[in-house]
Amino acid sequence: MIEIHNLHVRRGKRTVLEVGHLQIAKNEVLAIVGPNGAGKSTLLLALARLLRPERGDILFNGKSVTGESDLAFRRRIALVLQDPLLFDTSVFDNVASGLRFRGLHKSDIQPRVETWLERLGIAHLKNRRASELSGGEGQRVSLARALVLEPELLLLDEPFGALDPPTRNRLLDDLRHILPESGTTTIFITHHLPEARQLAGRMAIIVAGRVRQTGLVTDILNAPADEEVRSFLAAENGKY
Amino acid sequence: MLFDPEVWQITLLSLEVSGLATLISLVIGLPLGTWLALGKFHGRSLLMSVVNTGMGLPPVVVGLFVALMLWRSGPFGDLKLIYTPAAIVIAQVIISFPVVTGLTAAALQALDPRLRLQLLGLGASTAQMVLMLWREARLPLLAALMAGFGAVISEVGASMMVGGNIRGQTRVLTTSIVLETGKGNFDIAIGLGVLLLTITFLVNWALTVIQQRGAKR
Repeated sequence: MIEIHNLHVRRGKRTVLEVGHLQIAKNEVLAIVGPNGAGKSTLLLALARLLRPERGDILFNGKSVTGESDLAFRRRIALVLQDPLLFDTSVFDNVASGLRFRGLHKSDIQPRVETWLERLGIAHLKNRRASELSGGEGQRVSLARALVLEPELLLLDEPFGALDPPTRNRLLDDLRHILPESGTTTIFITHHLPEARQLAGRMAIIVAGRVRQTGLVTDILNAPADEEVRSFLAAENGKY
Repeated sequence: MLFDPEVWQITLLSLEVSGLATLISLVIGLPLGTWLALGKFHGRSLLMSVVNTGMGLPPVVVGLFVALMLWRSGPFGDLKLIYTPAAIVIAQVIISFPVVTGLTAAALQALDPRLRLQLLGLGASTAQMVLMLWREARLPLLAALMAGFGAVISEVGASMMVGGNIRGQTRVLTTSIVLETGKGNFDIAIGLGVLLLTITFLVNWALTVIQQRGAKR
């Protein structure tokens, strides 16, 4: 289980994110949903220790990770951003990169990479150069590159945001099976409600830097906590 | 001319001196340029402007400065480096390292800034992140190396002032061309000029082949 306590992020004198308490069960997929500029990506970067919060604590299985070095902590998690940001090398080398950072032996890397290439349906692209891939293929490589690390927490920042609807739906459908099968605890950021509905059991709604409501996706859709959540959900529902 | 051992000695010395100066510039310029591109500290813009100004340093001014430093009565006179190949290397490093530094910083700043977040988010240490960024920017970094080498293999002012153009000791291709032109030996000067251009072309060709092998297809 992962718990976030009293997390505050400031930019200059302004508090841009304030999370009192947020909890993610082991193997759970939690969607963080909110309008643009609500602080979703800030939360993700703070969770990945890519920006320093003013205060707050993160607990993994009841134990604070505050004392851990940034590097040691980051090696327990994996991050996928909206654009695949692949390295200019082969698909195999891209997927192997995080394992190499961790100093794993070649003989351990190869089977793990091949397993994940297979699971994401990109085994045939193994020797292809990353720059030759389509957007959907690139995002699959990016996901394989993170999932191969078998992270304790997977952080996804709008991973389908740059994909066209058919490609997005195929990838969402695959991930809907892959994440529970692999037992990967995942925090998934989106402002696209259908994605949250498809992939996550629970969601947390962030508006103006604060978590306004947490709960089952259907419960929140049926009973928004306040007017701002209601109007955000109504605006989003109106789009689809 | 091509069968004259003196010409080959001069050519070899030119390559040694400028090659070593470029290598030292790379050792200084690559980390410094990386620090300038990735670091967040006060005075970064000022330092960047200094480096960018350094990219256009006139070789004669560098020659004058190094000569003053290494002159027998100068602060480093005891080292007895004036009119030695080492003095030329020092002057050429001063000419070349800002070029390598400035172009390294520009190459790394041209990368997507989120690439750093992605690398760290996959568990890269700072050193691993920097190595990966260098790898991603390898084409412009090789261009930086070529520009650094080009700046020193072709300069004459500093080599003349701190090397003294001493036959068999500090005479390099560019200073020989100046000397032969002064003596009215235009045929020899032209021959040496063609040789210098050929060498510069061959070195850059080799680096370009390496660079393009890594180019995105």
